[in-house]
Formats: sequence, C-alpha cells, structure tokens
Amino acid sequence: MTMTSPAPASAAPAATERHARRSARRRRWMRKHPPLILGAVLLVLVAGLSLAAPWIATHDPQALDPLARLAPPSAAHPFGTDALGRDLFSRVMWGGRASLVVGLTVAVLATSAGVLLGLAAGFVRRADGLVMRLMDGLMAIPDILLAIALMAVTRASLTTVIVAITVPQVPRVVRLVRSLALSLREQQYVEAARALGTRLPVILWRHVLPNMVTPLVVQATFIAATAMLTEALLSFLGVGLPPQIPSWGTMMADGRNFVAVAFHAVLFPGLFLAATVLSVNLVGDGLRDALDPRLSRQL
Amino acid sequence: MTVPSPQADQAGRPPLLDIRDLRTHFDTPDGTVRSVDGVSYRLEARETLGIVGESGCGKSVTALSVLRLLPTPPARFAGGEIRFQGTDLLGLSEREMRRIRGNRISMIFQEPMTSLNPVLTVGRQIAEAVTLHQKIGRRQAWQRAVEMLRLVQIADPERRAGEYPHQMSGGMRQRVMIALALACHPDLLIADEPTTALDVTIQAQILELLRDLQAKLGMGIVMITHDLGVVAECCDRVVVMYAGRKVEEASVADLFERPLHPYTRALMASMPSLQGRGGRLAEIPGMVPAPQELGTGCAFAPRCPLATERCRRETPDFTGAATGHGVACFEAAPARHQPVVLHRHAGARP
Repeated sequence: MTMTSPAPASAAPAATERHARRSARRRRWMRKHPPLILGAVLLVLVAGLSLAAPWIATHDPQALDPLARLAPPSAAHPFGTDALGRDLFSRVMWGGRASLVVGLTVAVLATSAGVLLGLAAGFVRRADGLVMRLMDGLMAIPDILLAIALMAVTRASLTTVIVAITVPQVPRVVRLVRSLALSLREQQYVEAARALGTRLPVILWRHVLPNMVTPLVVQATFIAATAMLTEALLSFLGVGLPPQIPSWGTMMADGRNFVAVAFHAVLFPGLFLAATVLSVNLVGDGLRDALDPRLSRQL
Repeated sequence: MTVPSPQADQAGRPPLLDIRDLRTHFDTPDGTVRSVDGVSYRLEARETLGIVGESGCGKSVTALSVLRLLPTPPARFAGGEIRFQGTDLLGLSEREMRRIRGNRISMIFQEPMTSLNPVLTVGRQIAEAVTLHQKIGRRQAWQRAVEMLRLVQIADPERRAGEYPHQMSGGMRQRVMIALALACHPDLLIADEPTTALDVTIQAQILELLRDLQAKLGMGIVMITHDLGVVAECCDRVVVMYAGRKVEEASVADLFERPLHPYTRALMASMPSLQGRGGRLAEIPGMVPAPQELGTGCAFAPRCPLATERCRRETPDFTGAATGHGVACFEAAPARHQPVVLHRHAGARP
C-alpha cells in the first residue's frame, strides 16, 4: 500500500480491520454450513460448464458421424458418442442449459404464481375457498400425469415444457404461502401496521412477504430440483423438449437401447443430471439451516 | 385532580372521544356474543382515561371498535356511535378510516415482543409510519424516526434506528412501539395493556414516559389495563367494565376513596397492599361469564356477595353520571360504605 497523504493512512487500518473481521465472520459462517457450500460449488461448476458450452464443446452437438457410432470414451470423444455418432461430451455440456433454464424458470414462475394465489387465499376471505378448491383439484392429479397431459395437447417447445412442469408445482407453493399467511396475519405487527393506517397491499409487501422469504427460497430450490428431474423424465418419455434442443433426458432415452454395448451413452448424462439435482437439493437444505431465524441472529 | 364534568365544552368544541351506547356484537355459529353492550364514555384532550376490568370484559373490543380494527364479520356494530372530535367513526368509509388510524388515533399493544416486524429495522418501521400519512422524503422520514426515538428516551437513537427489534430489550421495544404510534402526533392514543408484558421497574418507566409525552404532545390517552396500580399512577378518570358493560365511572381519587360497585371493591380488595400483612389475597369467586351465557339481571350477580333477588331479575341502569361518579348497581347506595365481605380463600365457596 502506498501512502499518499496522512488522512487516508489513518483511515486505512480501520478499514482493513473491519474487512478482516467481516471476512473472518464469513469464513466461520461457511464452515458452519458445509452442505450449502458443497451444493453451491457443485451448482456453480455445472452452471459454468453449461454456460461455457459453446467454447468447451469439441463438436457440434447435433453433428452426425455415422462412422463413429457408439464409440467408447477416447481422446477425441471424452464421453464417447451416441447411436448416431454425435459427440456426447458436447451434447452433455449443451444439455445442462436446458436443465438449468427449466429449473430456474419453473422455480421462479411457480413461486410467483403460488405467492399471488396463496396471499389471495390467506388474506381475502372470498378468494380462499375458490383458490384452495382449485388447488386441491390440481393436487389430486399426479404431477407427471398432469405434465404429460399438458404436453399432449400442446406442441413440444421449451415454453410448453416449462408451463407443463410449472402448473403441477403451483399448488404446493399456494398451500405453503396460505398457511404462512394465516399465521402471519395474526401477528401483532400486522395488526399494528393496520392500526397505523397501512393499506393491505403495503402490509402484504412490507410485513407479510419479507417474513416468508426463507421458507419460500427453500421451497423454490426444491421445486427447481423437481423441475429438472421432471424435464428429464418428460424428455426421456419423448413428450419433453423437441429433439433439436439437447437434453439429458433425451440423451438417456436415446442411449437406453444400447446400455449393454454402450453404457457411457446413459452414464454421463445421468451423472450430470444426478449431480445437478443433488447440488440444488444441497443448496436448498443448506439454505434452510442457514436462514433459520433461530440460528441466523449473528448473520 | 380535577374532574372534568361531562358537559365541559367551554369552547363549544366536541370532546376528543365520545362513545355513546356502543354495542359491538360478534355473530358466531353458537349465537350472538355481546362483547360490548351499551358502553359510553368520553375523553377530553390531554386527559387520561383508564378502562379497567378482568380479561374478557370487553375493554379491548371497545378500543378495537374505535379504530374499527375488528374483522366484520364476525364483528358487527349493533348500535351506538363513536364520535371522534365530532365525527362518527362508524359512519366513515374504510379509506377515510385509514387516514385516521395512526395519524389522529394511534394504538399501542400489549406485546412489545411481537408488535414489531422482525425483518425491518426499527428506524425504517417508524419512517414508514410517517410516510403513510405525510408527504415527506425518505431522508426526512428517517430523521423523524431518529427524532421520535430520542423523544421516547432511547439512548444513541442514530445507531438504534438502524437496529432490528431482536437486538432490543422488551422495554426498549415498547418505547419503539410508542415512538411508532406517536410518529404522526396523533390526538388520541389507545394503550392496550402497554405495560402488562414488562417487568415492574420497566413498567414504571414506560408509564412515566407516557405521562411526559402526553404533557409534551397534548394527546388524550385511553389506558386499557387490568392493573389498578397503573390506573392510580397515570389516569385522571376510570371506567370499570364488567361483561361488556360499564359498571362504574369516577375520577381516580373518587374511585379509590369510595368505590361504589361491589365489583370495583372486590377488585381493590384483591390488590396487594403495603399495609396488609402477608396471607393470601382476596379473590373474586367464579369467572367473568362468557358473553353468550349472559341471562337477565346484573352480570355480576352470581359472584356478588351483596346480590339480591332483584339483582338476578333486572339489569341495573347506570346512574349518577351527572355527579361525575356513576355506578350501575342497585345495592351501591353511596351512604352504605361498608367493606365488601369477600370469600377468603379458605372459607366456604358458593
């Protein structure tokens, strides 16, 4: 550090000390939550690889090579090739994008829709019955069946897959938000806010929503994990993403006929899918512990 | 202490708060619950009115009725009016009512632990209360919050404003609640058991703070409590409620000197005193009847040592309001100033 004038020199030690204290606290916090850190590292790794797919992919993920069908892993094809001779490494890298986009979008959409409907059910007496009966109806249908049915009536595309996976997830969030809202509306600070003349939308935004962020974030991560699995499953069943979008589910579906001769065609997409879902679940679990209001005081 | 006579409108101004024959009922599947059944009281500016009674006697419902904070349904205003500076609050729209809440009538609650939003700093909460009713900038609102914290005697208000409720003690949080309630300088403050959840030394501090602030800001205070000690300490006049009705009203001095209603006397007898020596405190046998179980006659009659046949048959009217010391009891002839014989614990119970 170069000293330019006396004034900053006296301020600098205090700043570095504060910085040191803060980073020490951060290190301590990180050591306390190993699953969160592990999950986050894994997730960042997968996300980084998918984002970098255009640069690290060795081949065009759709390029056919009839001469190198079902080739085992080698220097030219680190993960081998599939039944059409497509390079699996490149496909797996590109395939992560589909999973991550689906996971993230579904989590955001399902949570937002769930929050809106759940708050309506929890705070507007007249909406409660209608919303909750609708949600009960949705919950009565198995998620996968509902998603398949929705896919069956629409044309396969990224958007329709996302919608088809989001719809069955919404009732979960609605129930969570409604139950949280019912307990929060009885909180005295909500009553106090009303006694101060606060309008309902402001109460919801300022006093109710911030107090349900933690369970919502945790729920959203689990929805993201479920969404990725469901996307893979739909693609595996052939009612998911269109073939021109590489997806781990499609790859596993393509490879399953050749498991006996080319195990790698299923192994690598499967490994990546498992690792991604695991990482998201770890993050969710870790967040639940880390954001627990009883433990987060020193945050 | 002076007793403002009920007709004390020298300037011809309407009283600050004038509740007339208020009836707040709740429609439940088991029938109508008459939580407040014909209560009247009035309050002038700069005056403190105590509302005393056991749990479930309708004190809080009356207060919540004033702010119209009860969910309707099940609550229903079956009659009466609540005039605030001359305007009938029951006739206002929800929108007009919002403009009064927090701005001209404020309320502080019993539990300082749960009355503040845990995820917002206290300064932010106060600043937001200010911006609800006044068009001022963020920075000014924040300054106002700091100023309010200083007003409620919180040390180092600049730093404290940036803290979260969980970083404060119960007494401090109640101070913050008071700052929050008074941020817009309301004309009327309703304090619903403001000291019940605090320990005794803090109670005294909070009551003194309220008295100070009243002198500074000149608001009227309705002090809801079940603690006659609080009443003695800070009220000018007292309304004693029982089972949704007003049973006695007097100035504090009058009430403590010559309580008329057997219920009031029983309440006083159940207070520990410094003169008395040890032993078990007197208790009032039985419980406040559930409002849906009220039959005819005086609601206190089943627990009253002076009850007669007439008490069980007819409901006594509230009499003597003009003298400044009114009571609703057949047996409370002022001349008959005898100690109420209470059922000492060991003795026979009815």
